Amino acid sequence: MSLENKQISSENTSNFKPLIVAFCCNWCSYAGADLAGTSRLNYPANVKIIKVPCSCRVNPNFVLRAFQRGADGVVIAGCHPGDCHYTSGNYYTRRRFTLMKNLLEYVGLEPERFKVDWISAGEGNKFAAVMNEALEQVHKLGPNRKLRDARWKR
Amino acid sequence: MQRIGVFVCWCGTNIAGTVDIDQVKQAAEKIPGVVNVQDYQYMCSEVGQNLIKNAIKEQKLDRVVIASCSPRMHEATFRKAAKSAGLNPYLVEIANIREQCSWVHKNKEEATEKAIALVRAAVAKATLNTELVPGEIGVEPRALEIGGGIAGIQTALDIAEAGYKVDIIEKTPSIGGKMAQIDKTFPTLDCSACILTPKMVDASTHPNINLYTYSEVEAVQGYVGNFEVTIRQKARSVNADKCTGCGICTDKCPSKKAESEFDEGLRKRGAIYIPFPQAVPNVPVIDREECLKFKTGKCGLCERVCPSGAIEFNQEDTLVTQKYGAIVVATGYDLINLDKFGEYPYTEHPDVITSLEFERLTSAAGPTAGKFLRPSNGNKPKKVVFVQCVGSRDKSSRGKTYCSKICCMYTAKHAMLIKEKYPEIEVYVFYIDVRTPGKNFDEFQRRAVEEYGVNYIKGMVGKVFPEGDKLQVHGVDALSSETLIIDADMVVLAAATKAKDDAQELGRKLSISTDANNFFTEAHPKLRPVETHSAGIYLAGACQGPKDIPETVAQSSAAAAKAIGLLNKGKLVNNPCVSQVDEQICSGCLACTKMCPYEAISSQVIEVKEQGKIVKKTVAHVNEALCQGCGGCTVTCRAGALDLKGFMNRQILAEVDAICL
Ligand SMILES: Cc1cc2nc3c(=O)[nH]c(=O)nc-3n(C[C@H](O)[C@H](O)[C@H](O)COP(=O)(O)OP(=O)(O)OC[C@H]3O[C@@H](n4cnc5c(N)ncnc54)[C@H](O)[C@@H]3O)c2cc1C
Repeated sequence: MSLENKQISSENTSNFKPLIVAFCCNWCSYAGADLAGTSRLNYPANVKIIKVPCSCRVNPNFVLRAFQRGADGVVIAGCHPGDCHYTSGNYYTRRRFTLMKNLLEYVGLEPERFKVDWISAGEGNKFAAVMNEALEQVHKLGPNRKLRDARWKR
Repeated sequence: MQRIGVFVCWCGTNIAGTVDIDQVKQAAEKIPGVVNVQDYQYMCSEVGQNLIKNAIKEQKLDRVVIASCSPRMHEATFRKAAKSAGLNPYLVEIANIREQCSWVHKNKEEATEKAIALVRAAVAKATLNTELVPGEIGVEPRALEIGGGIAGIQTALDIAEAGYKVDIIEKTPSIGGKMAQIDKTFPTLDCSACILTPKMVDASTHPNINLYTYSEVEAVQGYVGNFEVTIRQKARSVNADKCTGCGICTDKCPSKKAESEFDEGLRKRGAIYIPFPQAVPNVPVIDREECLKFKTGKCGLCERVCPSGAIEFNQEDTLVTQKYGAIVVATGYDLINLDKFGEYPYTEHPDVITSLEFERLTSAAGPTAGKFLRPSNGNKPKKVVFVQCVGSRDKSSRGKTYCSKICCMYTAKHAMLIKEKYPEIEVYVFYIDVRTPGKNFDEFQRRAVEEYGVNYIKGMVGKVFPEGDKLQVHGVDALSSETLIIDADMVVLAAATKAKDDAQELGRKLSISTDANNFFTEAHPKLRPVETHSAGIYLAGACQGPKDIPETVAQSSAAAAKAIGLLNKGKLVNNPCVSQVDEQICSGCLACTKMCPYEAISSQVIEVKEQGKIVKKTVAHVNEALCQGCGGCTVTCRAGALDLKGFMNRQILAEVDAICL
């Protein structure tokens, strides 16, 4: 993967507008995000949600792709352990992405950029809190330079 | 190139107040493939829907993106509109710019920018959408009821009355459950048997109901509308067709050492027995652990005295397999074991009893013919102490953290039943809190105090010491901080309720979940209280959590209504967003079959051409009726042969790309 480090470092970091891609399961977290809306809670507009039926539908590939395309953080949100709409999907998510996190760390991406969390349909508050927290982390770290494929400009 | 229409909703000011609709429209017009962009105040209104329908027809749109509220609100509405205009409903995508944009962001510029990104992602996905057609599956017009307590009986009767066949599987030799053991019922004090036995008889004689007593679920296969259940009918050793229920065998049986389960061990029963006189069916069963014929080979008296030749020592368990459209689980509850509650010498002293034993002791059909007497010496007690919350609301490992819900009421009932028969007996109740919500419940409990003079003491019992022929009950009155010692003759423990020990095992067979306390979990605690997460399987009664009879019956009729609704459909459409296998890529490793929580993937052998030759190849095969569309298998598949319709890899990647643009 080629990195145009120069171009990135010349970016004005004070203008840093991070992008967070959030994969949300249809039954719990996506509904939790809706509830955050219905309750008029606030979180920054840099968070963009992609709906998946279950968190176990998220392929590690999707996460890599988001980072390569310049996302500064990725969140996967599913039902709480034990509450999966599909009984056990989120257990797979948990195992797969524990491994994935190790891999990302191994290749040099700050592990704080990536997060798996459980948000139920009733936890609008938690949804906003998790997103705010993720953004705060990314703000501290600055733009994702490691995995970003500079051929793909954002 | 696709012909995509984008429709931006204002939702009054809900969206338009924060999102610049014109800018969104302008941006949408520039996306390749988009040929028509329109906006309207309320897209979901009839006018809005007509706008979409006309555009589909006039502009020959082949994809539609609606930027509006959450798909959870109106996806179904817009899909229906598209369908009526001749477009496959799965070619519609929603960009959620209300709940996930205008309502959570205040800055108009940022919100507009985000709305544009969301529209872009939805268009990117829609571009790759394909027509999906849901399949149809038939529904077997027969229901299965697991458990024959009041919950099972009520549900079965309701379903049978609606005209469908119902089978009841009951583990014990008779239907009736715990309610059959109860003497009188709160809050009306009508006799339990008088209201239950007619229902038991109705169930056994109803032309649409078939009983499998002394039977268990062996295995469950299939899916909503088409379950296939194998039932194990345990060997009764009595031919039910020949037996007349005359009872000679049970009278003559020389082995009378077994404890009657029905009488909570307060009475002995024979090795061949009918659990209680009103049992349904009224057919005895031989307890092979106790029977001399089975233990020693000698005896066989029952066979000789039976006038109809119904005794069959060589009977074996039989397995029956039957198809069902719907299943209702109504396996009830139990009381916890009190072995670990050493402070009340329950296991040592016969005068320390559980509340269920109390029911048998006051029952006119019970071991004392309804005379309330001390089990130790047969004398009438002078002082009786009730202890509530024995193991309920108890955070220690021996108890249960939850409230058992029924004990406050039945303890008040027990206290009144004693006072009614023997006003001179002094009755004390130790409680943590009195919890009696429910119609006429609080009035009921207050009557115990105000009319019957039952002494309610807020506080727990520390220890019960047997002394002479008395039980010294040491407790503390929490309100006065006084230590109390009561020289009681009997102590009645309201043992906590618990889920059935085999609940998890049954749950696994049915693919339904249990909570931390092993009670079955409903699909939604408020909105779907009788459904489970497995379509076509419903819950009734105390197997879902502690419940009294009124609540049990209400839930049972609700479960019946759900089951009838399903059976009545005749046919079901299934979710077309299911997994599909690319047989060319599939390596036949079958890792997906192990991952699938629904056992929807199996293996199949196909013939493929390889270098001119036809060879056999094992590949994964998805049963579309079983697949629920979670998509987990697509990630498990290392070959990348599995993909999920409606959420295909390339669709999601296109969304990622569009968002990151
Ligand atoms: C001491 C006491 C007094 C009570 N008094 C009252 C009262 O006065 N008023 C009131 O409203 N409520 C009272 N209750 C509560 C009442 O007992 C319950 O509400 C009611 O019995 C619940 O009915 P159910 O059918 O859900 O469960 P159950 O009565 O437990 O019936 C479940 C049935 O399923 C069968 N079963 C279990 N597992 C399986 C399996 N795996 N396969 C097949 N069959 C199985 C069982 O054998 C049983 O027949 C009292 C409870 C107690 C403990």
